[in-house]
Amino acid sequence: MAVHVQDYLRMHKMPHIWCPGCGTGIALGAVVRAIHNVGYSRDEVIVITGIGCSARTNAIIDFNTFQTTHGRALSFATGFKLTRPEMKVVVITGDGDGAGIGGNHLIHTCRRNIDITTILINNSIYGMTGGQYSPLTPRGSYATTAPYGTVEPSFDICKLAEGAGATYVGRATAYHVTLLEQLVTKALKHEGFSLVEAITQCPIGYGRRNKMKSPTEMLKWQREHAVNVKAAAGMSPEQLEGKFLIGEFVNKTAPEYTKLYQKLIEDAQSKGAK
Amino acid sequence: MKRQVKLLQGNEACAMAAVAAGVRFFAGYPITPATEIAEILAQELPKVGGTFIQMEDEIASMAAVIGASIGGVKGLTATSGPGFTLKQENLGYAAMVQVPCVIVNVQRGGPSTGMPTLPAQMDVMQARWGTHGDHPIIVLCPSTVYEYYMLTIKAVNFSEMLRMPVIILSDAVVGHLREKVVLPDISEIEIVERKKATVPPEEFLPFKPDADDVPPFVSYGKGYRYHMTSNNYDEGGYPATNNHQVADKLLRRLHNKIEKRRGEIVMTEEIMMDDAEVAIFAYGCTARSAYSAVETARAQGLKVGLIKALTLWPFPREVVEKYGDKVQAVIVPEMNMGQLVGEVERALKDKKAGVRPLNRFDGKMITPEQIVSAVKEVK
Amino acid sequence: MAKYIIEVRKNWCKSCGICIDFCPKGVLGFDTEGKAAVLDLESCTGCMMCEYRCPDYAIKVEGSESNEAAS
Repeated sequence: MAVHVQDYLRMHKMPHIWCPGCGTGIALGAVVRAIHNVGYSRDEVIVITGIGCSARTNAIIDFNTFQTTHGRALSFATGFKLTRPEMKVVVITGDGDGAGIGGNHLIHTCRRNIDITTILINNSIYGMTGGQYSPLTPRGSYATTAPYGTVEPSFDICKLAEGAGATYVGRATAYHVTLLEQLVTKALKHEGFSLVEAITQCPIGYGRRNKMKSPTEMLKWQREHAVNVKAAAGMSPEQLEGKFLIGEFVNKTAPEYTKLYQKLIEDAQSKGAK
Repeated sequence: MKRQVKLLQGNEACAMAAVAAGVRFFAGYPITPATEIAEILAQELPKVGGTFIQMEDEIASMAAVIGASIGGVKGLTATSGPGFTLKQENLGYAAMVQVPCVIVNVQRGGPSTGMPTLPAQMDVMQARWGTHGDHPIIVLCPSTVYEYYMLTIKAVNFSEMLRMPVIILSDAVVGHLREKVVLPDISEIEIVERKKATVPPEEFLPFKPDADDVPPFVSYGKGYRYHMTSNNYDEGGYPATNNHQVADKLLRRLHNKIEKRRGEIVMTEEIMMDDAEVAIFAYGCTARSAYSAVETARAQGLKVGLIKALTLWPFPREVVEKYGDKVQAVIVPEMNMGQLVGEVERALKDKKAGVRPLNRFDGKMITPEQIVSAVKEVK
Repeated sequence: MAKYIIEVRKNWCKSCGICIDFCPKGVLGFDTEGKAAVLDLESCTGCMMCEYRCPDYAIKVEGSESNEAAS
């Protein structure tokens, strides 16, 4: 049986609130299909969000869902997962929410390797507030708060996650939507902390100000600038100039936090603490 | 189990009471003078199958406690001034989304990092008004180790009963002093559990209140799939950010759920007030000095009584009002530049009694002698 | 008989044109109201890309097995 995102929507919350051509819906669609692929029931999945366009994802999908404060979704999720380790915890965040205000929480959630699947929807901009530059906005881009172009460099959130200890890390784009679905599927199955970055388009808040007039132009930009990590292995630095990598970057095994804590409880109950 | 006679530190009593009240999750961040609560719960919670986690900061600690409570477990965190400031963001979330949790603020001298090891009562207004928006809050304030224990249990119970955050405002004196306490038999302690759903999932609205204005709180993962948001929300739990009627109704209800149980929530002790001509209104560690001052003054033939507030918010105005025409003056000693005294003045604005603030904010307790002198100034 | 059925929920479609621009077979186009419409169903190969890339979940392609293959 083919699955359609429509099958998982809270139909009374549709149509959704995102702008025409927004990539958030494409990313969410891939997440929903991935959850379906893994075979989790609606009742055992909880989807937690923060603030911003990415935070509006979970209100429209028929799982257990709650939205939290700006950047803090991973901390709420950590408390939730520790008390309900049997549930499948998914966090959907954004570049402002996850890499900006919530950056410290992201670092430490990666470090703990707690079994939370995080999808960071990177649309290069604060969309909900109307197009201010984020920590992941490419240098030189225009934004309402960067009328002369940003002078700040952006950074690679996947490398940060890897450095902080995430045990599954990957990146895809809204254009590469099947790859995105595959990566999220693997991330959901992975035991430990996983981060999948979804590069998406914000035609209204970012594209219009940065010489990409239509959603289609932005998807073409994704197609032309993304290089699969496997293909990149055989390419020269010159060939990779101005490109970004997609695909699976990290997939390794390490002790998972809630499992370790359960062991700690068993030890404390049998032996007592020192 | 029987009544237990123990020598306990205040923060230790708080931690023990949390476990007794059914708290099974603590997330925190090290800070003086509250850290003992974290240290003890790191040791004790795993023994009862609970979870302790030290988070990366105070903001995350508050978030994790709320996340755990949403998961269906009673959660508590403990902090002091600077950390309490950082907790405000998610404390407001808990108030809005109606998630039970308890925040202990062991007050120390401020402003800012101030005097980390010295006591103060400078966060009384922050506890009430520290977050943005206009939500109500319950703030309990112990003056003895025994009260710290009992009010911690009350705090957990109120939070579960009313689906809201409750603050315990202790201080470095009550947090660190050791006293002999006689704890009640655990089987005699009333423990409140959150309300369960009374309708099947297809009829369930997560924020449809019962007659007491409190909606049941149903754990996720048991067939009741629903949404929660800190945006203005309807009874279905969905954002209704531009709906004026929904906003009006929600905010009134958040306040009403406290007002409807005001008699139970507002706790005070009236000591030697029957024939009092001068009242001392005190709370926290200052109530200890005030009690001693009453004894001294009475020994000198002065008719002085003490109104000790165990609940600071909602403010016990009805108790203060009651004496407004009976006493000449109400002295309000506080370890700040005058915070709760404003509420006392408000309660007495049409009454005969005058209000006399007595303030100290140098990290030293107000002494009984200072209070006795203030009493003599009235006479 | 076409192998696939494509349903477009016009009231959800926000007219972004992604489905049209990336359809490899030119199956889709705009209708007179500027909403996505099926113009040449016979050419549909069931690749699902219009459904997967529709930001508004307005498109549903029935009769395809390719999304099973993706898992």
